[in-house]
Amino acid sequence: MRLLCPFCGERGLEEFTYAGDAALVRPAPDAGQAEWVEYIYMRRNPAGVHGELWYHGVACRQFVKLERDTRTHAILSSSAV
Amino acid sequence: MSYLRIADGGMIDRSRPVAFTFDGQRLQGYAGDTLASALLANGVRLVGRSFKYHRPRGILTAGPEEPNALVELREGAAREPNTRATVAEIFDGLVARSQNRFPSLKYDLLSINSLLSPIFAAGFYYKTFMWPRSFWERVYEPLIRRAAGLGRASGLPDPDSYDKQTAFADVLIIGGGPAGLAAALAASAEGARVILAEQDFALGGRLLSDRRTIAGEPALTWVRDAEARLRAAPNVKLLTRTTITGIYDGGTYAGIERVGDHLATSQGPRQRLWRIVAPRAVLATGAIERPLVFGGNDLPGVMLAGAVRSYINRFAVKPGTRAIVFANNDDGASTIGDLAAAGIEVAALIDPRPEISTALRDLALAHKIPVFTNATIRQAKGGTVLKSVVLGGSASGNLACDLLAMSGGWNPVVHLASHHGGKPVWNERIAAFVPGAMPPGVKAAGAAAGFLQLAEALATGHAAAATDSSKLPNLTAGEDSDAITPLWKVPDSLGKSFVDFQNDVTSSDIALAAQEGFTAVEHLKRYTTLGMATDQGKTSNVTGLALMASLTNRTIPQTGTTVFRPPYTPVAIGTMAGPHRGQYYRPTRRTPAHAWAEARGAQFIDAGEWLRATHFPQPGETMQQSVDREVRTVRQAAGFCDVTTLGKIDVQGPDAGAFLDFIYANMISTIAPGRVRYAFMLRDDGFVFDDGTVARRSPTHFLLTTTTANAARVLRHMDTMHRLCKPDFDVCIEPVTDQWAQFALAGPQSRTVLAKLVGADTDVSNAALPFMATVAATIAGVPGRIFRISFSGEMAFEIAVPASHGAALADALLQAGAVPYGLEALNVLRLEKGHPVGAELNGQTTAADLGLGGMLSKKKDFVGRVMAQRPALLEPNRQTLVGIKPRTPGASLQAGSHLIPAGAEANAANDKGFITSAAYSATLGHWIGLALLEGGASATGKTFTAVNPLQNLSTEIEIVPRVFHDPEGSALHG
Repeated sequence: MRLLCPFCGERGLEEFTYAGDAALVRPAPDAGQAEWVEYIYMRRNPAGVHGELWYHGVACRQFVKLERDTRTHAILSSSAV
Repeated sequence: MSYLRIADGGMIDRSRPVAFTFDGQRLQGYAGDTLASALLANGVRLVGRSFKYHRPRGILTAGPEEPNALVELREGAAREPNTRATVAEIFDGLVARSQNRFPSLKYDLLSINSLLSPIFAAGFYYKTFMWPRSFWERVYEPLIRRAAGLGRASGLPDPDSYDKQTAFADVLIIGGGPAGLAAALAASAEGARVILAEQDFALGGRLLSDRRTIAGEPALTWVRDAEARLRAAPNVKLLTRTTITGIYDGGTYAGIERVGDHLATSQGPRQRLWRIVAPRAVLATGAIERPLVFGGNDLPGVMLAGAVRSYINRFAVKPGTRAIVFANNDDGASTIGDLAAAGIEVAALIDPRPEISTALRDLALAHKIPVFTNATIRQAKGGTVLKSVVLGGSASGNLACDLLAMSGGWNPVVHLASHHGGKPVWNERIAAFVPGAMPPGVKAAGAAAGFLQLAEALATGHAAAATDSSKLPNLTAGEDSDAITPLWKVPDSLGKSFVDFQNDVTSSDIALAAQEGFTAVEHLKRYTTLGMATDQGKTSNVTGLALMASLTNRTIPQTGTTVFRPPYTPVAIGTMAGPHRGQYYRPTRRTPAHAWAEARGAQFIDAGEWLRATHFPQPGETMQQSVDREVRTVRQAAGFCDVTTLGKIDVQGPDAGAFLDFIYANMISTIAPGRVRYAFMLRDDGFVFDDGTVARRSPTHFLLTTTTANAARVLRHMDTMHRLCKPDFDVCIEPVTDQWAQFALAGPQSRTVLAKLVGADTDVSNAALPFMATVAATIAGVPGRIFRISFSGEMAFEIAVPASHGAALADALLQAGAVPYGLEALNVLRLEKGHPVGAELNGQTTAADLGLGGMLSKKKDFVGRVMAQRPALLEPNRQTLVGIKPRTPGASLQAGSHLIPAGAEANAANDKGFITSAAYSATLGHWIGLALLEGGASATGKTFTAVNPLQNLSTEIEIVPRVFHDPEGSALHG
């Protein structure tokens, strides 16, 4: 797989680390345990377009937000976080 | 040379004879021969025994689809089993052996399996050898493994080297036949960067084997011209001997280049794994001919018609002396012309079709070849080679022959097209599957796309690669015909009629699968093992599918296809590993003082990627004696230890303090400049993640350390929290582990030692540099940093200098009177002080479990704060960290042992915890350890049995306070 880093250009998958679902919103510090449990453990597993974050750890150490189709691995968009 | 070699023509180099052996017999071929063509030229027709029935097998094909002629190549550690003789190039000194025969190829005792064939029928694994159960592994499995099988692995480490390379192109052309060459010429003319990968050692594809014309000239003239133009083009890279084995996401392709397989000796790698990145690709992989299904169709001498033409026209070999052609299509039937031109007697053309074309009739007439239409071959007969055939249909009787060229039509090589899940679709005209939905950026051309005629191949090749396809060169090709009437099985065939030659699957196995209800394609495959051999059913899948379709009264598209997965052809594991094996499996990190330590006798251990010194034995010392001496030195004088491997992260910026408050569980922003604090961080789920020290060098500048193991993870965690949670924080995070060499200098005399290293302007007195203070100083002549922190419980300093001065600093410490100590002594010293490390920070412990609960800040938000308060993480019966010692002073302790209350039975219900770390304490004169124990907080003084079922050990232990040595910490402050 090839990912497009907005800072470095198109690079091989091996340069990146998956960093989670881009749709997750970190709860407020006082949001309470139920909301935190949801945030920490519960994940969607869509067959289709999925927004996700990737960490370009061996290069610019920036995060990339991708829209990826989990059925075809087609990458629909790529942007800086 | 043998009488079977044609005097002239072909693409072999008669001026370069090549000597090789097959089963010990010395033979000769020429440069340009494959092992298969050279064997045929020497009259060797029996080359192997089949998988289950040990039937005699010869050479069926002339390409990578070969299911029969599998051999072992080379000797000793370099021996490679299951190599297809049809693609192996011969070289001087090549040693080849046949496989799966006992005691010899000609007299194979296990061919008795053929007579036992009822028990080897479809599903025999599931039906036979069921009882008694205890015989499964001891008797049946070894029996089956010996009786059925292919080549032998050498069992030795692979002596060859392998390489990996990445290449980028605008267009990748897969296949160098007519379509591929036309595609490469078109893309090259447009200025695109082109890579053309061809699995053969010569370009041309079928044009090497068929007597064709292009633009009125012999097709090989066009091939040579195309190759010359491509080689001259600076934007084209030609990779021959390179098989594209898989299509992956994002226009990434894997290729295996056989760099040295054809050389007697090679300085370079044996094979190279290419990763080719190309937004566009042309699938010009050609087609593979289908065998016809009739009795004895696996007998040596029965060969695919296209392969017969290859051996005659390309390799100048007569694969027989009296031939019969049996084909249901015009291309196969036209082989009579090639045979006749080579001077081989053609006994008959057998064609199951009621009519054949005028062109074929004229061809047969010209060479006086009898033609039987509406006719079939019911059986091929002979002992170990073909001697005659039994005719059927409108013909009858026997005909003598030693070569049978058969063709059931051509299957486009659609494998790569389906690597992205695209299903092939049925094409009625050529009676075969063609690629359906293609992987992104890939277009199929030529025979791979179902265009079996040469003119179509050239045109579709050009169109697939050109972005402007209007500039099609005017290439006319000699006429050819792809007319076919499918014949999936000779209806009244006699004897075993093979569909999958490599796995010995017959048409009756498929009938049995249908009868027993295994009619779905995937069931058919698994029940009969059709297509599951190393050739992945290249010559058999479609035929097997068609037979199942007719048995179940479905069409072939209704019956479906199996899924093709990478790799297209077998790939040596060595190419996947490439150079990354043994010591090069992963990087080895050495500290700047590594060589210095090695020169002083240090022993090393792998710690992640790092090599760390475990101890520095003096002459005659055992490891334990060395460690004990090093521990005592630190407790009584001064020792120093290389701690460079600890992760070091530099954090700067106006918001650095606030950011680190968020990262760490305890308060960081209140550290005064010039001071250091122990700190630990949690994960988002509330468990302890890592610990270390945080030094504040200025109001906006912090330097923190992590454990060796977590250095990269902590950096990633901090990057994540900065970019995703606190993007507004003005802070800069930079790893500096590699920039600094760092040593712990510990012991009552450590200050005296340090004072000798620093300049007169640096005051290291207790007043100027108290416990938990840090200062910049010139150390051994270079600017560095001193941190007064202690892991050992002694007065101690960690000293950091730029990495290139690490060895010099180690030398200076030694000269100043300190003694080096290693990781083992470091571990004993920290255990004596009850400090937790990785074994205790195991990802399942909370701050409270480790006795750090009181340090969780209540004045700020931090990562993991909310989740750390979950009820399960606060339960009073959680396992918490305690100290342990054996009740008998001489007894030892083993990490991993389970703690059972004294007197209780050693079972899981009574398991109250386990030992996390243990070592012999030279300071105390007995073993000590740390353990995680249920109810640990109130267990002091209680006795347990430490049970180690793996080593069958059990030791009585007592729970003691965690800090074994100097619990008041008086040594730290002096």
